[in-house]
Amino acid sequence: MDTEILARIQFAFTIAFHYIYPPLSIGIGLVMVFFEGMYLKTRHKHYEVLTRFWLKLFAITFGIGVATGIIMEFEFGTNWSVYSRYVGDIFGSALAAEGLFAFGLESAFLGVLLFGWNRVSPKVHFISTIGVFLGSMFSAVWIVVANSWQQTPAGYHIVGEGFDARAEVTDFWAMVFNPSSVDRIIHVWQGAFLAGVFLVLSVHAYYLVKGRYVEISKKAFKVALAIATIVSLTQLISGHSSAEGVTVNQPAKLAAMEGHYEKSAPADLYLFGWVNDETQQVTGVKLPGGLSFMVHQDFDEPITGLNAFPEDERPGQVNAVFQFYHIMISIGMFLIGLTLYASFLWWRGTLFDKKWLLKIFVFSVLLPQIANQVGWFAAEMGRQPWIVYGHLKTSEGFSQEVSSNQILFSLILFLVVYSILFLLFIYSMNKKIKHGPYSEAENPDEFLKHV
Amino acid sequence: MEYFLGIDYPTLWFLVVGLLFSGYAILEGFDYGAGAWHLFFRKDLSRRIAINAIGPLWDANQVFLVIGGGALFAGFPVMYATMLSSMYVPFMLFLVLLVLRSSAIKFRSAEKMLWWRKTWDITYSVSNILISFLLGVVLGNVIEGFEIGENLSFKGGVFFHFLSPYAVMVGITTVALFMTQGAIFLLLKTEGRLHARLTFLLKKGMIFFIVSFSVMSLYTLIFVEGVTEKFKEQPISFALPILALLAIANVPRLVSKKKYMNALVFSSLTMSFLLMLVAFQLYPVLLPSNIDPKYSVTIYNAASSQKSLGIMLTIVCIGTPLLAGYFLFLYRTFNGKVELDDTSY
Repeated sequence: MDTEILARIQFAFTIAFHYIYPPLSIGIGLVMVFFEGMYLKTRHKHYEVLTRFWLKLFAITFGIGVATGIIMEFEFGTNWSVYSRYVGDIFGSALAAEGLFAFGLESAFLGVLLFGWNRVSPKVHFISTIGVFLGSMFSAVWIVVANSWQQTPAGYHIVGEGFDARAEVTDFWAMVFNPSSVDRIIHVWQGAFLAGVFLVLSVHAYYLVKGRYVEISKKAFKVALAIATIVSLTQLISGHSSAEGVTVNQPAKLAAMEGHYEKSAPADLYLFGWVNDETQQVTGVKLPGGLSFMVHQDFDEPITGLNAFPEDERPGQVNAVFQFYHIMISIGMFLIGLTLYASFLWWRGTLFDKKWLLKIFVFSVLLPQIANQVGWFAAEMGRQPWIVYGHLKTSEGFSQEVSSNQILFSLILFLVVYSILFLLFIYSMNKKIKHGPYSEAENPDEFLKHV
Repeated sequence: MEYFLGIDYPTLWFLVVGLLFSGYAILEGFDYGAGAWHLFFRKDLSRRIAINAIGPLWDANQVFLVIGGGALFAGFPVMYATMLSSMYVPFMLFLVLLVLRSSAIKFRSAEKMLWWRKTWDITYSVSNILISFLLGVVLGNVIEGFEIGENLSFKGGVFFHFLSPYAVMVGITTVALFMTQGAIFLLLKTEGRLHARLTFLLKKGMIFFIVSFSVMSLYTLIFVEGVTEKFKEQPISFALPILALLAIANVPRLVSKKKYMNALVFSSLTMSFLLMLVAFQLYPVLLPSNIDPKYSVTIYNAASSQKSLGIMLTIVCIGTPLLAGYFLFLYRTFNGKVELDDTSY
């Protein structure tokens, strides 16, 4: 295989694997802030047990997130050297800010968070929890800013030509607040919240189904459900706003998301479907003119289609972009329905009577994870063939000096090590969850006397 | 070109990167060094204590790697891109070993099975040694120079071209230096039998360092081009290796007086002096070209724009006090000897 494809496969694999963990840590972090805050406010031991329990699961997740994240920082240089030279002036300052402001904050407070229970006062510990949570949120900000700049470059000018060409920053704040960054930061945050909150819901639903840790699980489930309901609903708003941005800034991506080929015609909105790139036809269930309505509030307004762009300036994998995008939307809609229905039952006071609903929650932990992954796939594949939209193509960005054998070597290394890592992650999470928040022989208050 | 205090921006950024790399070497030096000794401790409890000595700190220390890498990318994108893509294999190994090392710290004490702990102990020790070695190897390659041709692109190399004799020597010296640093740090954090064993191990480590360092220095002076010329040009720079030697010579004295904190400071100083020596030898070059000096990557042809460097210097000025505050808080919280409790690894 050629170097470009291998470099892309390796990057996609390492970033997708990495992206399992940071959203989980951000989401669990949010729930921990709530649990520990409730503990400090009410001094109810249940919340302390919950905080300590989730801290253990957080520690594993966070650790793997950091380990796999460092690889990403250096992979730009090893595999995408042309791209790194091209964007270093811009991308670099976002990365440096991430390291200094965000990663420094979270990593320093992490030590106190994980090992400080017996060394600092509860208040200082709570501050550390908030520090780590904020640090992980800021991390997301700078990383998404950098990626958004690739999607919708702003605040820069191109200097030099040919090999020496590169983007240089002219306006730092215009670069940071480029047209897509705010929408996408919020959307990514919300996706991360959902990933973590649904793990909390899943674990405690599992306990409730099994009849274990019933009292504290009910408490935890309610806190998490409240967050999940609000976030799923508001996710719709940031998603819509993000799509409107794509319409204006990356019309080729929008067209690929709905499989819309005609140069200028009203576009349909598909519930699901299958794109045939040869015949340029989509087979599926649609709302005629729906996309036109979503964008322009008019069913007959034309939308720029893929054929309006030269062959080599539009995404190649239209069906993949279409599918990934639609899976994300469907999951988002399902989560809204699920959390709203559960909240309704909570209000009626019958939430914990419905075993089948709890069972759905046990498995629903996978859904936000899948949505986060496919959402990024749609965003990144929809940007192709560009690595920096409108300026640098992916086929020009990779390291020419690295041979395909070298990449094959590192790719196999990553496959092996990451498989082991993933098994370890599942194994130790499962073990900690099966073990539970405290020894069941004694009640939680009993247990706490011994801590 | 813009100046601050009479120093141009690329030079300032060169200093920032140098400081970050020194911080990385000093802090992760004792982390990796402590890990490198791991198999030399016999009892399971000793090994747990050694891991928990760096337990709350290593994640924070790793920040220097992340910021250092980011600073290189941001300030000298050409250097970052050329070095990483030319040193592809060592960097990939380094990164994968980092993952294995973090996993070992996290998972080693999670199970009681003997085979489990043994596997992780070996993984942990070996990965720490190899990580230190690879860092030295890359440094050795940078000092020797790269096959850089036109357009700042790398012309050399197959799979193992990075393992030149000189690079191997620098690698071994780095392992020795980190192991010295690690042993001193562990002396600071332990007591009893383990402490006594470490005092013994440190002596071995120091001998290891002095031998490897002497061999490497001789080789540098004789075989690496341009080193002696640079000393002749600026005789004052000869002070740096002498300072480094004096600092390391002071370590055994302080250890015998049980002043471990001071000993750690002096072995850290040794590292800083040696890195300053490398920086001084190179400046203003970042990656010397073996094909033709005019193709070398320098701080000027590798630098980001003045505007960008200015922004980043501002970021550094705001961020540094914050980071210093976090570190102070963290290190003060975990000051003193290791005590295992229910939150330990």
